[in-house]
Amino acid sequence: MSAEPCSAAAFARARAAEWRPGFTAGRVRHAEVFACAGEATGAAAAIAFALDALDAATPDPVADVPDERAWLWVQDREALRRGGRPYRPGLPRPLRHRLVHVAAKNAEDALFALEEGLRCRDLAFVVGEIAGNPRALDFTASRRLSLAAERHGVPLWLVRLDAERDLSSARMRWDVRAAPSPAPRWNPQAPGTPSWRAELFRSRNHPPGQWTLRDDGKLVAERPRSPDSRDLVSAAGDRSLAAG
Amino acid sequence: MGAAGGARQGMMLADARTLCPELAVAPADPASDLAFLERLALWAQRWGPWSALDPPDGIVVDVTGVSHLFGGERSLVADTKAAFEKRGIAVRLAIAPTAGAAWALSHHGPDGAILKPRDDAAARLADLPVAALRLDDDTLTVLKRLGLKRLCDLHGVAREALVRRFRNRRAPAASPLVRMDQLLGRVPEPLLPVVSVEVPLVQRRLMEPIRHRDLLDRVVADLAEDLARQLEGRGEGARRLELGMWRVDGEVVTRRLELAAASREPAHIAGLFGRKLDDVDAGFGIELVRLRSAWTEPLALGQGDFEEAAETHGTSLAACIDRLSVRLGAEAVRRPVPHASHLPERAQRWQGPLETEKSSQGEFEFHARPLKLFDRAEPIAVLYATPDGLPRRFRWRGSVHEIARAEGPERIAPEWWRERSCVRLRDYYRIEDGEGRRYWIYRDGIAGDGRGGAPLWFLHGLCA
Repeated sequence: MSAEPCSAAAFARARAAEWRPGFTAGRVRHAEVFACAGEATGAAAAIAFALDALDAATPDPVADVPDERAWLWVQDREALRRGGRPYRPGLPRPLRHRLVHVAAKNAEDALFALEEGLRCRDLAFVVGEIAGNPRALDFTASRRLSLAAERHGVPLWLVRLDAERDLSSARMRWDVRAAPSPAPRWNPQAPGTPSWRAELFRSRNHPPGQWTLRDDGKLVAERPRSPDSRDLVSAAGDRSLAAG
Repeated sequence: MGAAGGARQGMMLADARTLCPELAVAPADPASDLAFLERLALWAQRWGPWSALDPPDGIVVDVTGVSHLFGGERSLVADTKAAFEKRGIAVRLAIAPTAGAAWALSHHGPDGAILKPRDDAAARLADLPVAALRLDDDTLTVLKRLGLKRLCDLHGVAREALVRRFRNRRAPAASPLVRMDQLLGRVPEPLLPVVSVEVPLVQRRLMEPIRHRDLLDRVVADLAEDLARQLEGRGEGARRLELGMWRVDGEVVTRRLELAAASREPAHIAGLFGRKLDDVDAGFGIELVRLRSAWTEPLALGQGDFEEAAETHGTSLAACIDRLSVRLGAEAVRRPVPHASHLPERAQRWQGPLETEKSSQGEFEFHARPLKLFDRAEPIAVLYATPDGLPRRFRWRGSVHEIARAEGPERIAPEWWRERSCVRLRDYYRIEDGEGRRYWIYRDGIAGDGRGGAPLWFLHGLCA
């Protein structure tokens, strides 16, 4: 920000830029996703966000092999008990063989594992799942994670299960709930592609807003139809903003 | 005494006790015996440049051109006998030009026999029984039935007749001809020498016993540097490390460490031990600290300065996993790998994160799988239209979910080849409730399958 002229107008313009998939790649290193423990939406959305950021990042022009770095999934015991363990056949195909899973006993150990993961250059990203509002995860701990992530360039997607929106230094904070999925073409009675209702309630660079996210091979976002924003309906409609 | 009382090898213990009631009994421990024999073979290299094992109870030492150092072969035998007797080990010795002849003489000849290279080996050994040829029991029985009891009997038989009789026997232990040729030195008999491997070991004897933690850290850091230098000279990295601390009162405190990948970084090793030293009780002080690397792997020279590089460029994956598993335990850091099973909870297994994944047949993906699976499927109460039909509504963790859409059933039968016959089949449904939450539930059994009462329902996983 110091390199470019920082006027109030430019800042307002930058701030007004609305979030869309692929937009935050390389910018946001620490994000939080609030979700219910009784559904897998938190982890699923975090993985979708992470994959989206990985895909959108500019590839290394001299690299001749695809990115096969491992990724870390840290769960504390309570998150594991309430939400279950990762299941390899259900993971997205490009991530299946690269998962390293850490089952931590408590939130302190989980935070230690997250920080060690963020300091590792061989990890593509780190997903953490911590249940509730443990005492160890205060603003200082969250700040440590932000600094480590930004220093080493490893993105952290921290899923907060059944948690209050406490103080945090995360650059983006999402609240994700499950949303009814679109009906599949061949079997309208079956559940379709995973969809989530996501609310961005705090972000440094974007105005808050609500989206309906869908994992259609890549992340697709739609503005939900809401009665009070009639003008937005015609503007966004069903159009995918992914290409944006 | 046992032999005098009538006990023989191969007897039942009860029979032997009946014959000789004062028999002392010790359980057999072949693995320890072999380990002891290995150490004995290494020790026996004091009489010759190399030695080989002859399990279960023999050692072959090459003493070619060595005997003059001990004042002749007689004094060599006497010296060996004295050395073994001093350690309380009964021994039978023989020196011969070939390993086969030496074995025959030591097992069936006079004790301390010496066969010179000039001697006529066939004539000197003619009176020994055929068991001196190191043959297996079957071949010995055959020879006994043929009436061949001594080596001279074998010399009397035409070679062609023996070749024809034992033409199907390829192994040396089954062919008297091969054994006889080895005994007389007509064919070579390669032996596998025992080579001692020295474990990298560094230690510090401390002038003043140390009682404080920061001093101990200093000593461990010094030891790690010494060990790194030693390992670097050998081109190896440590996988397992043992730190032994001898206290003034004679107690030994040990701490063990295993690394995910071979490493010899002093700062890394010292840092990992640092976490393990928190609960060391120094007592009146530690006077000797010893660090040894019990398991090493080849590691080429690489770039140094781990810690500084870690600060600026981040740690490597192996170092990260080391740090995680030292604090959280190796069981906590793992990675899922596929396993050949169609039962969902058996279709994935967990292994160390850096172990290579076993190659497996890719499975067909006809059905979607949940993102997360519970360790133990949670029971739910389900309302359904018909017992075999689609579920309508279920109660889980105290709240009621209306099922809006469902896909299924996907029938998964139990693995009858490894499970009990009363295990029921499962009908899996992928469902979505009114709010869009997606679950993976199953019905355990079907009504009237004769394996229990009404089928129960379980929630097994959470879909993305």
